[in-house]
Amino acid sequence: MSYLNLSHLEKSFGQNHVVKDFDLAVEKGEFISLLGPSGCGKTTVLRMIAGFETPSSGSITIDGQDVTALKPNNRNIGMMFQAYALFPNLTVAENVGFGLKVKGVGRSERDARTKEILAMIGLPDLGGRYPFQLSGGQQQRVALARALAPRPRVLLLDEPLSALDAKVRVSLRNEIRSIQQELGITTIFVTHDQEEALSVSDRIVVMNGGKADQIGTPFEIYNRPATRFAAGFVGTLNVVPGQVVDPAAGLVAFGGQSLRIAAAVGQPTGANVSVALRPEALRLGREDAHEAVYSARVQSVQFMGSTIRIGVQIADQSLSMDAFNRSDRTPPKVGETIEVSVTGTNAILLD
Amino acid sequence: MTRIFAWIALIFGCVYFLLPLIGMAEFSLKMRRGVYSFDAYRKVFEDPTFWATFGYSLTLAAATIVVGVLLVVPTAYWVRLRLPKARPYIEFITLLPLVIPAIVVVFGYIRMFNTSSILPLTGSAIGTDFLLTMGYTTLALPYMYRSVDTGLRTIDVATLTEAAQTLGAGWITIMARIILPNVMIAVLSGAFLTLAIVMGEFTMAALLNRPAFGPYMQLLGANRAYEPPALAVIAFAITWGCMGLMQLVTRLAKHERAKA
Ligand SMILES: Nc1ncnc2c1ncn2[C@@H]1O[C@H](COP(=O)(O)OP(=O)(O)O)[C@@H](O)[C@H]1O
Ligand SMILES: [Mg+2]
Repeated sequence: MSYLNLSHLEKSFGQNHVVKDFDLAVEKGEFISLLGPSGCGKTTVLRMIAGFETPSSGSITIDGQDVTALKPNNRNIGMMFQAYALFPNLTVAENVGFGLKVKGVGRSERDARTKEILAMIGLPDLGGRYPFQLSGGQQQRVALARALAPRPRVLLLDEPLSALDAKVRVSLRNEIRSIQQELGITTIFVTHDQEEALSVSDRIVVMNGGKADQIGTPFEIYNRPATRFAAGFVGTLNVVPGQVVDPAAGLVAFGGQSLRIAAAVGQPTGANVSVALRPEALRLGREDAHEAVYSARVQSVQFMGSTIRIGVQIADQSLSMDAFNRSDRTPPKVGETIEVSVTGTNAILLD
Repeated sequence: MTRIFAWIALIFGCVYFLLPLIGMAEFSLKMRRGVYSFDAYRKVFEDPTFWATFGYSLTLAAATIVVGVLLVVPTAYWVRLRLPKARPYIEFITLLPLVIPAIVVVFGYIRMFNTSSILPLTGSAIGTDFLLTMGYTTLALPYMYRSVDTGLRTIDVATLTEAAQTLGAGWITIMARIILPNVMIAVLSGAFLTLAIVMGEFTMAALLNRPAFGPYMQLLGANRAYEPPALAVIAFAITWGCMGLMQLVTRLAKHERAKA
């Protein structure tokens, strides 16, 4: 049995069926992200784990203990919120020590733990400040410290980075991940940002309409999306119409040429299929390892620094591709016709 | 043009309010023939009944504030947290004391809790004091509730509560350590308003026949010439002192926030 188990969780608010037959088994020390569009029920799942919402049916166990009916203050769970939720009337140190004080931990032990955890989040000198004297990023760090101080069994994070600006967001998410690994704490992280989920998680749960669409490692989710929704929501995807040429060899025709799909194709010859290609399946110029070379018309060029995102039109289809920036090569211009090599190796067939 | 009118209005307002006050204050200093003196004030301060009634009302004010805080803070908190739909109704109820005259309330009390009732509160001094405290709490309710509710609006009640819960806190800890300290300023300003109301209240105390400051002022006013205006000035000073404290507390709170 895993450390944290959600089995057949259901939640309805009146007529609104928000979470549907949600199953998840989390190992001790794992970092799991719940990823999905806004309103798909991520927060509701998290709040059921925390005990703020009661499941309509199903059960939650932590470390073998059934906590489904337990009150939030008895679950020993750490939570970090989207909004800044520090207690405004307490100093940083008092905020961090709050959980320990509630548990009746003595002053000297509390102070030591507070100090230790403040050092861990990189704010060793700010114990005496009040929350309003901190920046947004610092406040969320303290919120993390406060959640971790009482050594919770599970750490829950509900889009804790969404109110921060881009730079702080990236550095803080890496920091959360490294502290999580250092402490080995089981963590559920809610986000609607696929890049965030891909970069920090051990496993990702892609959620859609209250259901878990796919559960897998970032690599699996990105390269082998199980559903059309997962494929479209995670990463950029080009979907083009194709026709099966040879199911056994995995050959599918698109734009007058054949792409070789790695897996065998289930549909018979002549069947119409949708071929999903990641931007990295397309290359600028002629590439020996790519089986098809198309002549493409450049529709847009977005310079992003180390990469260039190019929108091209191949056989009446708009596709987007990434090229590395090279100082010795000027990017193509809009309206130009260029050669683009395509491989079906990592393509996904959607039906 | 409009400026001139504004000034005229302001001056008229000042005269309207200040002239009687000045007249009264001046009269209160004229006890000794021919010269200004504080004789009337000395008389008042030498009167043991003044101190007794003043102390009595002050004690009841303190009790009223405690009862009011214990009643209003959890109620306003719970309404904000769990019953947001009930807010208009609760607000309406808290405003009722403004439209129901104190005399109606106190007659109701006397009818309900007289010596031949099931709960004969008016039969003993302490029981009547309790009744009077409840009555005062009712009178102060609109001010206390508004003030606390406004205070609660400045914090994210739901998130702070949930954060405290995940850290293991129960309701009492949440109220005492998180909610109350964060609305302290609002509670204090409600408390000063309550103090001002209780110190000057006449109807309830008189009809329940308790030795409060309000009836004492009335008694003195009916029987003396120079002391009543002196007392009025003192009462005014108390009220304005409370207002000043309220302003000060609010100012201090703004100062706290301005540091951000
Ligand atoms: N307390 C609630 N009462 C009624 N509906 C709710 C409540 N909480 C969430 N919902 C509804 O449940 C759905 C999922 O919400 P939520 O779990 O917050 O989604 P997410 O976090 O993925 O954006 C939304 O349609 C939302 O309106
Ligand atoms: Mg959410």
